[in-house]
Amino acid sequence: MALIGQDIAPPDLVAKVTGRAKYAEDFRAEGMVFAKLLLSPMPHARVRSVDATRALAMPGVLGILRASELPQADAPGETPLTDEPKYVGEPILALAAVDETTAANAIEAIEIDLEPLPFVIDPLASLAPGGPDARLDGNAMVFGENGRELKSIKWTAADFDSLEDGRLPMGEPTDEWEHGDLDAGFAAADVIVEDTIVHQSLTHHPMETRSSMAYWQNGKCHLFASTQSAGRTHGAIANQLDLDPDDLVFVAQYCGGGFGSKIAGAPIYQVTALLAKKIQKPVMMRINRYEEGYIGRGRPGFQSWVKMGLKNDGKITAIDLYIVQDHGPYGRSGDYITAGAVTDLMYQPGAMRFRGITIYTNTPPRAAQRGPGGAQIVAMLEPVLDKAARELGIDRFDIRMTNAPDSDSEFGQNRDKTTGTFVREAMVAGAERFDWAGKSQLSGQRNGTKVTGVGIGVSPYVGGSSGFDGLLLIRPDGKLNIHQGIGNLGTHSMADTGRAAADALEMAWEDCNVIWGDSSQHLPHSSVQAGSQTAHAHTRANHAAGLDLKQKLQEIAAATMGGSAAAYRVSAGRISGPGGSMSFARAAERAIEMGGKYSGEELPEDINATTTRSGTALAGQGVMGVAKDNFSHEGGTWSWVVGFAVVELDVETGDVVLKEYLGATDCGTVLHPRSLGAQIAGGSIQGFGQARSQKWVFDPKWGVPFAHRLYTARPPGILDVPLHMDWVAAEIPDPENPVGVKGIGEPPVGAGAAAITSAIADALGGKCLCRTPLTTDVILAELEGRPQPAQLTEIHI
Amino acid sequence: MSAVEIPFAEARSGPSRRTFIKGVIATGAAVSSSNYLFRTPGALSASTVVRSTLPRMLTLNVNGQTRSVDVLPQETLAMTLRYKLGLTGTKLGCDRAECGACTVMIDGVTHYACSVLTQTVRDRQVTTIEGLESADGTLHPVQQAVIAEGGFQCAFCAPGFIMSMVALVNENPDPTREEAAQALSGNLCRCGDYDKILNSAMRAAEFSRRMA
Repeated sequence: MALIGQDIAPPDLVAKVTGRAKYAEDFRAEGMVFAKLLLSPMPHARVRSVDATRALAMPGVLGILRASELPQADAPGETPLTDEPKYVGEPILALAAVDETTAANAIEAIEIDLEPLPFVIDPLASLAPGGPDARLDGNAMVFGENGRELKSIKWTAADFDSLEDGRLPMGEPTDEWEHGDLDAGFAAADVIVEDTIVHQSLTHHPMETRSSMAYWQNGKCHLFASTQSAGRTHGAIANQLDLDPDDLVFVAQYCGGGFGSKIAGAPIYQVTALLAKKIQKPVMMRINRYEEGYIGRGRPGFQSWVKMGLKNDGKITAIDLYIVQDHGPYGRSGDYITAGAVTDLMYQPGAMRFRGITIYTNTPPRAAQRGPGGAQIVAMLEPVLDKAARELGIDRFDIRMTNAPDSDSEFGQNRDKTTGTFVREAMVAGAERFDWAGKSQLSGQRNGTKVTGVGIGVSPYVGGSSGFDGLLLIRPDGKLNIHQGIGNLGTHSMADTGRAAADALEMAWEDCNVIWGDSSQHLPHSSVQAGSQTAHAHTRANHAAGLDLKQKLQEIAAATMGGSAAAYRVSAGRISGPGGSMSFARAAERAIEMGGKYSGEELPEDINATTTRSGTALAGQGVMGVAKDNFSHEGGTWSWVVGFAVVELDVETGDVVLKEYLGATDCGTVLHPRSLGAQIAGGSIQGFGQARSQKWVFDPKWGVPFAHRLYTARPPGILDVPLHMDWVAAEIPDPENPVGVKGIGEPPVGAGAAAITSAIADALGGKCLCRTPLTTDVILAELEGRPQPAQLTEIHI
Repeated sequence: MSAVEIPFAEARSGPSRRTFIKGVIATGAAVSSSNYLFRTPGALSASTVVRSTLPRMLTLNVNGQTRSVDVLPQETLAMTLRYKLGLTGTKLGCDRAECGACTVMIDGVTHYACSVLTQTVRDRQVTTIEGLESADGTLHPVQQAVIAEGGFQCAFCAPGFIMSMVALVNENPDPTREEAAQALSGNLCRCGDYDKILNSAMRAAEFSRRMA
């Protein structure tokens, strides 16, 4: 029986339930000392001078590290210490001492002179005529004739006239594309809906902060850090530190969550490593929850406007979408671009125009957050579609079926296609299991002070990449060692994708070892553990390596026992055929004798240098399976989750209780049912927090954040979600993956968020409040007919 | 940077915020916003900022073992466990009683170890995640239940949740799913694995009943 599709607990679970699993802050080294950071109290400033004399004279203080001692990133990149902090909480310098209290006291003793610089926390304030720029070199990055350049972009006063009607100002965008005839699309529409919608920024806040420990020994840096991707973080940090990869030993076996904020580690790990090098002692840098709130990354917020035209039958004829993205001070985040593509894919309008601009602000740096761009836009647009459905008298499920894409659909600027889209099948399965026909009748039902709302949210996202390597080794103990370069942040893909290799060899899971998370264990080139890539990329890579290993086992058997290789069957630890039968253990011994490709002494030419290095280190120990994923990959791999929700909204208190939730998915072949259910439910729960509670609040006068801890930007707790969360899968294999699997991490967040925004709008009689999070005060203001606490176009207030 | 930050959330049946703060004040330590700090005694004992009449050498009972440990007056139990006793299974997620990752049992009652001063647990029985297994390595029924249900994703919150589950099944061997959720509501899981966590808790109760 194939391992793919079964519930098998991951091999690290015993370590996790006994406390033996070591996360970054659990490592110790002889003589380990502690580092603390000096954080900027201002949203934008220049460090005029630093006097650390008093601090360095304190007993137990070992040294400081300044920004100038780090490799400098090119603008608009981020160097993890800076003499020009661009947000409150940005690290200026790091100090090491024998213990943390001493380090913190010494930080307080540093005399620092800061020159305040102009700052801005709202992108529209920066775009206004004469508005401040978040950076000295501008407020936007544009791609011009000379490549990318930083510019200061200001719109005209007339552009802001629309604010009078609460409509998003829409000046000159930096990004724009269009397909079809927009004017004709709106002219042909029977109904047109239009809204200005605001989506907040929100911190990732994984349970484990970005702590790290480092020491240097014999010229090698040993780094223990919290990261999503293991192999790819190793490469990234070696590059940042200008080290040969062999001179960096990187250990990251467990990661207490990242959600996009630790894809290839975190910039701050450079500081730990370089401070340890400077003072020649092991350094532990523990990041506390305050610091995590500052440097822990956030999802970019959107201020946007949408206009949608529909025919009487519900078919969308045209969509005009404008997004102003709040970028934070660094880098280049593509959430808004993705949001445009997602909109076009999910609604399949006859014509669409996308316009957007991303503006730097003096707020914490942004990074991808689970479903980046998609999770925001579906939560914003689904209630708008509901409004149109209500006006047309069409069932909200039916209007989504009318517009949903199929495998032939095209989308976006380049009219891309998917590998295969089965969202309709997922919707039908979900509606049946959820009983949409029955539940949707509860809409608006009143029970005392409570009104029932029923919602639905369709959420697509990219579900996998390809072209990486698999590396397998059977030593003379007969066990299959599956080397995995991907990370271990709880999706279980580091174990589950190995099943593709085991299945190729018809091997029992008990006879497989998964090796991961430690660069000294010889890991293959892998995708990043992010963007729902691994379930797809590494079932393919492990399938490729499994087929390679199977072929070698057959050839070894034929060479040993006679007959043709193809006549031998590989199953349950034996190779059997015309000449007899031999065990994998015996075949491993034979491979060592035969050498060459069998034992890894000759490696394929098309594998990545990382895999070559690892394969070379493992050569001669048994029979090796090693291959690059060269399977066909035509079209983009997209997965879908459709969220169905029932809420009760209390019209006296503004409270919303989520009564029921179901996620229906199109994610190809089900790799690990229980884990898939957990991804759908868990991702959706993150979406509930996005829709309801997690927000940023800044003092507009001083640019100081107020909501950066867990209780002030509260993620959902166990009592905020239904006691049972259900799911169902369309279970249609992806046509381009030989084992049929697609990734699933991203799309549930948008599905959860959109099902809630849709259900709350439904409970309010179809009124789209057009902002998130839909906190109690926002809902109460609506119920009581008061103006909203903040203007529609104000963000972070 | 020196304002006193008062945690809003409180440990269930733990010392109140008031007693925690009073404890700190009584021992003369400065509460700093540079929270989550750890001081190694010995390294700087001569320059220690804390002056206290409390004895520093304590005898603690942790996981059934008697351990002597040098503890500063302002030191939290989470820090003592993690940095003095090598018990890193107890996690620090927030250090301010917001997340429950540091949940341990003191005399059979769950507490947030980040919000308990080690000086207050003298003569009390402390149990951490490392203390659940039997001497022969048999896992506690709650741990077995989590494995049976494939509970948790990143599992950084797992040690805290598991301690709360142990307290639940000790107190209420036959809980409803809702009672289980109430009992676990002092723990936060950012992966949102609540469904499997509740499955694990219900299975844990079943395993515990079978063994009773």
